[in-house]
Amino acid sequence: MNMSLLKKITRNQMFIPVMALLLLAVVNLVVDPGFFKVTLGTNNAGNPVLSGYLITILDYGSELAILALGMTLVTAASGGQDISVGATIAIAGSAMLRILCGSNSHPDALQAPIIVAFLVACLVGMLCGAFNGALVSVFKIQPMIATLILFTAGRSIAAWINNNELPIVPDPKFAYFGSFIPGIPIPTTVFIVLICVIIMALVLKFTNLGLYTQAVGINEKSSRLNGINPTFIKFLAFVILGLCVAVAALIKVSRLSTINYSVIAKDIEMDAILAVALGGNSLSGGKFNIWASVLGAYVIQFLTTTLYKFNVQSDALAAYKAVVVILLVFFSAPKVRESLSGLGKKIAVMKARKGESK
Amino acid sequence: MENVTMLEMRGIDKTFPGVRALQNVDFTLRSGEIHALMGENGAGKSTLIKVLTGVYTKDAGVINLDGQYNVKIHSPQDAQKLGISTVYQEITLCPNLTVAENMYIGRGKGAVTHWRKMNADADKILKKLDIPARATQQLGTCSIAVQQMVAIARAVDMDCKVLILDEPTSSLDEQEVEKLFGLMRDLKALGVGIIFVTHFLDQVYEVCDRITVLRDGQLVGEYEIKDLPRVQLVAKMLGKEMDDLSDIKGEHALYSGEDAETKVLEAEKLSSNAGIKPFDFYIKKGEVNGFTGLLGSGRSECVRAIFGADRVITGKVRRNGKPVRIRGPKDAMKLGIAYLPEDRKNDGIVGDLSVKENIILALQVMKGFFKPFTKAQASAFADEYIKKLNIKTASADTPIKSLSGGNQQKVILARWLLMHPEYLILDEPTRGIDVGTKVDIQKLVLELASDGMSITFISSETDEMLRTCSRLVVMRDRKVVGELSGEDLTQSKIMSTIAGGE
Repeated sequence: MNMSLLKKITRNQMFIPVMALLLLAVVNLVVDPGFFKVTLGTNNAGNPVLSGYLITILDYGSELAILALGMTLVTAASGGQDISVGATIAIAGSAMLRILCGSNSHPDALQAPIIVAFLVACLVGMLCGAFNGALVSVFKIQPMIATLILFTAGRSIAAWINNNELPIVPDPKFAYFGSFIPGIPIPTTVFIVLICVIIMALVLKFTNLGLYTQAVGINEKSSRLNGINPTFIKFLAFVILGLCVAVAALIKVSRLSTINYSVIAKDIEMDAILAVALGGNSLSGGKFNIWASVLGAYVIQFLTTTLYKFNVQSDALAAYKAVVVILLVFFSAPKVRESLSGLGKKIAVMKARKGESK
Repeated sequence: MENVTMLEMRGIDKTFPGVRALQNVDFTLRSGEIHALMGENGAGKSTLIKVLTGVYTKDAGVINLDGQYNVKIHSPQDAQKLGISTVYQEITLCPNLTVAENMYIGRGKGAVTHWRKMNADADKILKKLDIPARATQQLGTCSIAVQQMVAIARAVDMDCKVLILDEPTSSLDEQEVEKLFGLMRDLKALGVGIIFVTHFLDQVYEVCDRITVLRDGQLVGEYEIKDLPRVQLVAKMLGKEMDDLSDIKGEHALYSGEDAETKVLEAEKLSSNAGIKPFDFYIKKGEVNGFTGLLGSGRSECVRAIFGADRVITGKVRRNGKPVRIRGPKDAMKLGIAYLPEDRKNDGIVGDLSVKENIILALQVMKGFFKPFTKAQASAFADEYIKKLNIKTASADTPIKSLSGGNQQKVILARWLLMHPEYLILDEPTRGIDVGTKVDIQKLVLELASDGMSITFISSETDEMLRTCSRLVVMRDRKVVGELSGEDLTQSKIMSTIAGGE
């Protein structure tokens, strides 16, 4: 009974991200219990804000968590990944700035309401997704190759939208999306993620997106014979990811109130893919658990923040991350997990014996 | 000459979560014999073979091989080294490699491959076995039957002591089966022990020397072929006396509603991009008809054109007299047409999804993207059909891929029955399925028809079609060449129409 429960837990898809999270938490707790301290202070403008490493993780993991939603669907439906999300964030973000600032890169007032700029960014993000989706679903190009086009061209397109100038948003309200709304001590990004997650949960509950996406990812031919249109489902997954990209772009641009075309959301595509993998989802498509991916995204941010805390140089960050990634991916391999649960039993027996001899 | 014991399996146990697949099973194979392993789907044949070939690890029991006591077989490589070769039911070769590469893959001793020698050797074997393929041909370009034979050639070439043929004939036509049997007899003369798993009783009685019967993971017994007549074999497999196989048509009344003359579907000059010649076709309400012809004659392509599974190029279709256009499977489904495809693994099941999800899939698609069934509804549907069709599964949430072939087929059948179609197309619904399930499906077809469903039934086994269909469309070379009904529905008449030339 006990054994089967243990097996059930270790086989659960959430097991790996949860274990990784716990492990990171324990390491931090041992090294510095202060890691978990959350304090209520005030920021420069005198508004109450929560601060602490945990808040940082929640805040800065937001873009990744939102991208993980879309990336999971793309992975499940197409059996491949979109590597252009970083570049398309630049495009969507640049479009947003163009609408907000008009042709003058340093205007005195907003040239258009923020909501209009955001909707335009959504449209641009979805167009980028549609472009990738069409290449993958209609022209049957491998996702990684298809999205290589925007990966390569995206940042140039982003710069071109604003004539390679760096517009600065004059309205401090725009910065709220990437920081705090006065009077609310919780980062705004947390609410944005929450909204995205709720919308996704509702979509999965009230439509057949989940069933169709999985069916197409597992067996496209059979799905077609059951009346599903695999081309459209794959296309749709990329468009949804495009929407996620637009939301991530809003946060990214809002954090700075400006944009740096070559640096914004750099390498985020790899983290997004890693989040999906960490969530125990097969990168070759099929069954998925979208919430495990979101959790995976926060694990990655937890790791990044932990490394920063240990004063790892930002240049060296990638190397440390790689080591941890290797470990995580290794331990999430089904084969390792099988033998691990066997090993766990042995260790328990050995420990019991040691305890006796002492 | 008394043959020596080649392989002994004693007290084999194997348990999967929720299922005891094998319980204390014994199996003995002598050198130079062809030994049939019989049983219904889920009886444990495949599991026993997978234990023997190292795919699964046994929980208990001993395997003795060729005088060696308790040999350890932990992987297919171990089995191969010991001289146990297997040809599985589903092709397990790589279609994108050449024939020769497929025959020699994983067998090289060093890092260097002598391509020319390999190709020459492969050609020699292919020629010896009379297999119509070239060594340098890409395997994927061969027909399924030829691919199967290449798999056998690979196994044969590995100097095996024990050759396991797991449903090798299910995708072969008669001539090819004969060729395979010739090959099996040659190997037998050389002293190879052959384990032959099949559902075709005729074939068992044609080539085998002994039969071992399994039922529900347990050994029923081992028999000399001459001591076990067919009826008794079937009875032993089912664990009960068989109904009379020959006449099940009589038990079911033909549909006799007022609209019995309505043409539920009528096609005129229909053709598709799968290369089928334009054909005419109709089916009346409550009628069971079928397409017959040799493998590759275009039977499946015809029904795929009707269902819109292939792109229709020409032709008109009328549904209950009204002209309709079927552009894809969904159009057909909306018109109350269901299609159970021939290739269960690639076109039928959605492997990683649960039995439940597989059952509700088609109806769910019909209901619409924005109207998912509730969990309770889906479970109710699944439970209803699991019970109705007697599907053997640990639960409704088990992934369909872990079910046996026959039960997978029942799940797909359940999927389409749940839709309550007016016109049901069954393409090889009984391939690779045991006798009991076969009869179940045949009876179900007649029962549904007598309630007014129109059914097109396709099968490679002519007697099965004779038992169920009241009209047969005969095909040759992707063309409809005749139609038989009433008195003409005999084996010989079908054969002569297929052969043609008169």
